[in-house]
Amino acid sequence: MSTPEKDSRETDTHSGVATTGHDWDGIKELDNPLPRWWLWTFYATIVWSLGYVIAYPAIPLLTDSTKGLLGYSSRAEVAKEIAMADAGRAGILAQIAETPVAEILKDPALFQFSVSAGRSAFKVHCSQCHGSGASGAPGYPNLNDDDWLWSGSVDEIAATIRHGVRFAGDDDSRYSEMPAFGRDELLDKEQIALVAAHVRGMAGLEHDAAQAKAGQALFAENCASCHGPGGEGIRENGGPRLTDPIWLYGDGLDDIKAQIREPKHGVMPAWGARLGETTVKQLAVYVHSLGGGE
Amino acid sequence: MVDQTRIEQFDVEAVNARERRQPLYAARRKIHPKRASGQYRRLKWLIMAVTLAIYYVTPWLRWDRGGHAPDQAVLLDLEHRRFYFFPIEIWPQEFYYVAGLLVMAGIGLFFVTSAVGRAWCGYTCPQTVWVDLFLVVERFVEGERNARIKLDAAAWSMDKVWRRLAKHVIWLVIGVATGGAWIFYFADAPTLVAALLSGEAAPVAYVTVAILTATTYVFGGLLREQVCTYMCPWPRIQGAMLDEHSLTVTYNDWRGEPRRPHNRADRIAGAVTGDCVDCNACVAVCPMGIDIREGQQLECITCALCIDACDAVMGKIGKEHGLISYAALGDYNANMAIAESAAGTIDPSRVRNVDGGRLIDGLKIKGLKAVLRPRTFVYFTLWSLIGFAMLGLLLTGDNLDLNVLHDRNPVFVQLSNGDVRNGYTVKILNKRSGARSFRLSMEGLKGALMTRSGTTEDPTDSLVIDAGADRLASVKVFVRSRPKALSAQRTAFKFIVVDETLGEQAAYDAWFEVPAQP
Repeated sequence: MSTPEKDSRETDTHSGVATTGHDWDGIKELDNPLPRWWLWTFYATIVWSLGYVIAYPAIPLLTDSTKGLLGYSSRAEVAKEIAMADAGRAGILAQIAETPVAEILKDPALFQFSVSAGRSAFKVHCSQCHGSGASGAPGYPNLNDDDWLWSGSVDEIAATIRHGVRFAGDDDSRYSEMPAFGRDELLDKEQIALVAAHVRGMAGLEHDAAQAKAGQALFAENCASCHGPGGEGIRENGGPRLTDPIWLYGDGLDDIKAQIREPKHGVMPAWGARLGETTVKQLAVYVHSLGGGE
Repeated sequence: MVDQTRIEQFDVEAVNARERRQPLYAARRKIHPKRASGQYRRLKWLIMAVTLAIYYVTPWLRWDRGGHAPDQAVLLDLEHRRFYFFPIEIWPQEFYYVAGLLVMAGIGLFFVTSAVGRAWCGYTCPQTVWVDLFLVVERFVEGERNARIKLDAAAWSMDKVWRRLAKHVIWLVIGVATGGAWIFYFADAPTLVAALLSGEAAPVAYVTVAILTATTYVFGGLLREQVCTYMCPWPRIQGAMLDEHSLTVTYNDWRGEPRRPHNRADRIAGAVTGDCVDCNACVAVCPMGIDIREGQQLECITCALCIDACDAVMGKIGKEHGLISYAALGDYNANMAIAESAAGTIDPSRVRNVDGGRLIDGLKIKGLKAVLRPRTFVYFTLWSLIGFAMLGLLLTGDNLDLNVLHDRNPVFVQLSNGDVRNGYTVKILNKRSGARSFRLSMEGLKGALMTRSGTTEDPTDSLVIDAGADRLASVKVFVRSRPKALSAQRTAFKFIVVDETLGEQAAYDAWFEVPAQP
């Protein structure tokens, strides 16, 4: 233990410790010694970092980086974990694959799993049109309600997802097309107004009673074959129900007139080939569980 | 008159003495604390035994919970997210109890610090307790202070090798036991100990034991007082909490100075002399290696061993105990004012009666009575109130709880018959040790009916929901009502869950929302 060197620096009178010599508006910093253990810890971290640089990918190169002796890669780790997760799910996925979709509803374990898996598949593939909460948008059906264009049983929902709607690439796709009564001059402007009034009347919306009555015959002649004589809809023909308060393209008089004049038709891709049968089943169970399932 | 009592003089110097201040990168000066004996040492042995016993024994206590839950009295079940403490069971939803405990810990710290200073550091801090334990081992293997100093200085020999080896091996064993006991708080102890020994326990168990073994060994055996001086924020924080009434370990220079060794010529010749015989016993016993006669210091953990050492010396030379004592700064200052002569130097004769030489009566020596004052009383009352309130809540708390989450996306759904539907996730917490059936119903929503998600049953006005023993049942329910029956876009109503057998019930205030009416 040597005696402290003679120090030319200023010494703090209270503590007897030399100051660093810096002065900030009269505030000076004591130059206390570092404890040895602290210094050792500091050196140890330096040694550790050297080892780390050698063992792990560390130094960036032009297009890549050094690989490290351990050959570690976070992507490989992720791939390993995904493989593990896949292996863990394999059993229940196989069960779902061989269980008819209606039976899944009766098995609590399969149901729970399918709802969760279906929810995430929905977020990836379906939410772009139907919304993240499946509540739809004008032109894109709300899947929470109990109004189904193509039937709401879980089997039929699965069929819709599998083959799509008006999807050119799938022969089993759901298909219906409403004539463009205005554009193709099947009805003139006044007739369309009368039919629209009649439709609002059927739905219990505010309407001109005289016009609605005048539109009744036109409706029976032009529309009833698909929408049913009372507007109650015919699912087999893809004719939506007109008597409920749920409107895909809006319930305003102008909305209805526009739809009669030159109808819009939604298209949904066939997902069966893209997602595989197991995912389609999970999606069907999820959509069915949203509250409107039949 | 020459006093024949022999007082041992220790060749020891405080590690933080001014003339010892090092230039940059100071090496640690090893401290060899001498064993003290006296009332504070006895108290410390007792506290050490109690705290160590609590730590090691607690995980082995059993508590019957009827088979549905683990029978370990104290268990942090991270996997199932439960905390068991004797009859108390805390679910994650009740984490606010932990907040309450932290508030209590804070106020408890104010209370203890304002009353008795850094008593936590000196008696109950794990660092202090384990260092004490490690010192017992060191003393047992290497001998008392002088033998240890000699051994340190000695050249390497077989004797030195085996003593050092034995000491470090025992320290490591204590370290393993410390780390080992820790993990028993997180899993069933008897099962885990069997798994640990057969090598079948989870890797995280071994890693935890290894890390805690290392920290115990390094902190308790190698770093010791450096943990308190350099690493711990406590000395800085607690220093700010003391006031002039707080008891701290104090060297009473008003009766000690000027110090002169016992039986030295000038003392005998009658020079102005205080009670301190400058034997350095207080420095020799100090586990922090400091000299309390330098005044209050950051390094002092107030373990009071210097009081024991000094009292023993004072007893031998026939003076009153308490040259070093627990004293409040206010009292110390008052006594100093009495002792100071006009010249500003300490004159110990001013605090002693001329006849008999006893200390005069006017001195302020309150001792533990200093604890009784409004500040500590307020802290203690607050602390107890929170404690009793929490205990009351925990012991009388409900065994049934209901939480409801309203669907946000979508908030409501228009149905084809004109009804509007809202979705809710209903969570029923069954804290009883048996499976139960509950009836879920609604109150305050006209014409409302509900269905359970995933079923195609007809809507009803109530549902039966089963919840397993000590489990949470989570059910998605859809409530439908006719907007025309409701007066506002947002209608408040209640979900009510009833255990029809026991009559227990819980309610939750919820909202029912409908689209804006044209």
